[in-house]
Amino acid sequence: MNGQARASVLLRHAVGLHARPAVKLTKLAKRFACRIGFGLAAEGPWIDAKSIVKVMAAKAPKDSTLYFQAEGDDAAAAVAALVLLVERDFEDVD
Amino acid sequence: MSTEAAATMVCLQGVPAAPGLAAGPIFRLTEPTIRVERQAGSATAERMALEAALQTAAEGLAALIETAGDDEEAEAILSFQAALLEDPELTAPAFAAIAAGTPADRAIREALDGEIAGYLAAEDAYFRGRAADLADLRDRVLRHLAGAEEAPLPAGVICVGSDLAPSRFLATRWDGGGLALARGSTTSHVAILARARGVPMVVGIVADGVANGHPALLDGTDGSLVVDPDQAARLAFEVRQAAELQTRARDEKFLTRPAVTADGESVAVMVNIAGPDDLSGIDPGHTDGIGLVRTEFLFHGRDRLPDEAEQLAVYRRILDWAGGRSVTIRTLDAGGDKPIPGLTRRDESNPFLGVRGVRLSLRHPEVFVVQLRALARAAAVAPLKVMVPMVSLPEEMAACRALLDDALAQLAAESLPAGRPQLGMMIEVPAAALMVEAFDAEFYSIGSNDLIQYTMAASRDEPELAGLARPNAALIALIARVAQYGAGSGRPVSLCGDLASEPAQVPLLLDAGLRALSVAPAALATTKAAVARYRRAA
Repeated sequence: MNGQARASVLLRHAVGLHARPAVKLTKLAKRFACRIGFGLAAEGPWIDAKSIVKVMAAKAPKDSTLYFQAEGDDAAAAVAALVLLVERDFEDVD
Repeated sequence: MSTEAAATMVCLQGVPAAPGLAAGPIFRLTEPTIRVERQAGSATAERMALEAALQTAAEGLAALIETAGDDEEAEAILSFQAALLEDPELTAPAFAAIAAGTPADRAIREALDGEIAGYLAAEDAYFRGRAADLADLRDRVLRHLAGAEEAPLPAGVICVGSDLAPSRFLATRWDGGGLALARGSTTSHVAILARARGVPMVVGIVADGVANGHPALLDGTDGSLVVDPDQAARLAFEVRQAAELQTRARDEKFLTRPAVTADGESVAVMVNIAGPDDLSGIDPGHTDGIGLVRTEFLFHGRDRLPDEAEQLAVYRRILDWAGGRSVTIRTLDAGGDKPIPGLTRRDESNPFLGVRGVRLSLRHPEVFVVQLRALARAAAVAPLKVMVPMVSLPEEMAACRALLDDALAQLAAESLPAGRPQLGMMIEVPAAALMVEAFDAEFYSIGSNDLIQYTMAASRDEPELAGLARPNAALIALIARVAQYGAGSGRPVSLCGDLASEPAQVPLLLDAGLRALSVAPAALATTKAAVARYRRAA
């Protein structure tokens, strides 16, 4: 089964996607098998949400909307988990 | 110890970055750039050499993370470097270059220098600062490739140099040593770590002529470095060091307790901060909130003024930290000794008596209203106090209140959630203290540094007038007047100047009627201890 999922979420983290939240985001993304794209606009461009180099290079400022789109078996779960992480302001979630 | 003067005493002045006193031999940090020429092998050998170096670097970082323990700042910096190292995106260009015949060291250097250039070009100071993390990582890998193990810094020395990598700071046992850097800022990662770990640190010290091994005294509190101190300087330092150790041990016990006088009266002790970064390492439970947020930091060192969303995010982060405790944010206090390019006036003949504080804000409503809107939006989430600096006439407060009303009306029309913050004022100008009852303010905060210099007509930056620019009966009379009016009219009065951090002054402030003090985070325990010793005169 080849699932697809996409969602967007407002980045409320006070200073933007800094090192600490970016590390948490990529670590969470890597727990899923599916391909996960991360972008700052609904139509992309998409970067690999599992790459800290790429995610930090996006330099997402606070109050920007983060977009995720995933493709693969666990796509829906991956997108839901990432959105939850951002919504919870990168508090530790397990 | 020899008493003959072997070398002439040298005194260097820098900017304090982490308080405390340290004495020890000078240790010069060598430049971290690694230029050891490797004998390059075949493409396969080079690939394996890089793989091994990356592996060793990852293990080194993992070991450092292990020792970081509960130190969140350290953990975040090291975890970021470790995550970068694990990311194939970072190293893929280097492996591609090796396959095309480039030696491993050049390949990884060029790959990482490309990333570093990207960060250095960032508009946001935070992302620019991450270039140092990548350089740190690059040098770690290059050291392993060159087979050069980084010699650990000896313990108990005064390190001087241009800059220091955060990972090297963390790998060092400081044991009474200190750090004096030419570069770096008081907000750099290393400065944050030094404050958190109690390592005295000064920045802005250029010690090019200073040789290894010479005895030195570092004062992270006043920002000075003395090399080859004479007998008198050394003795004076030892006396201060012993006294400080004793006092710190005694005061530290008071940090976690509420501040209560010997008579059982509660005193609020809050912290002064320049921004959210200053809050790392402070337990909100050890404070009664934040008595002063200097918002100038938002406007400094950047090419454009912060917009409403950016300010709102910072104010929210501060309110989140406080968790319902009192938070007082001061509107932009530019001018005087705090110029902001494009906003404050240049060539003022006397900036301290010039267009600064509220005088500047009222002349730039386009900047001021953005800040008031952001503050009102932050107040939608939690109660917030906003105070205006450098008020001298009641009309200035009236104008500020009118602008705040406008901002609230605009936000309501735009259906943006907002709250009305309490609007108060700083008491820094004697005219405001003398006529305090004439001002439309919901609370007052006494800025003792400026109130002293304006009352005594003596600059606090003029060493020869240090004796004049001190607290005295005139100052205490003004403070008592404001405190008395506040108590009688039910308007809170606090003091947020350096005076509240001086244990000897705390009894005078309490005698004058103050029951709320706001101090630098490092002074929390000392001030609480001074409050605990206080007993009201019978």
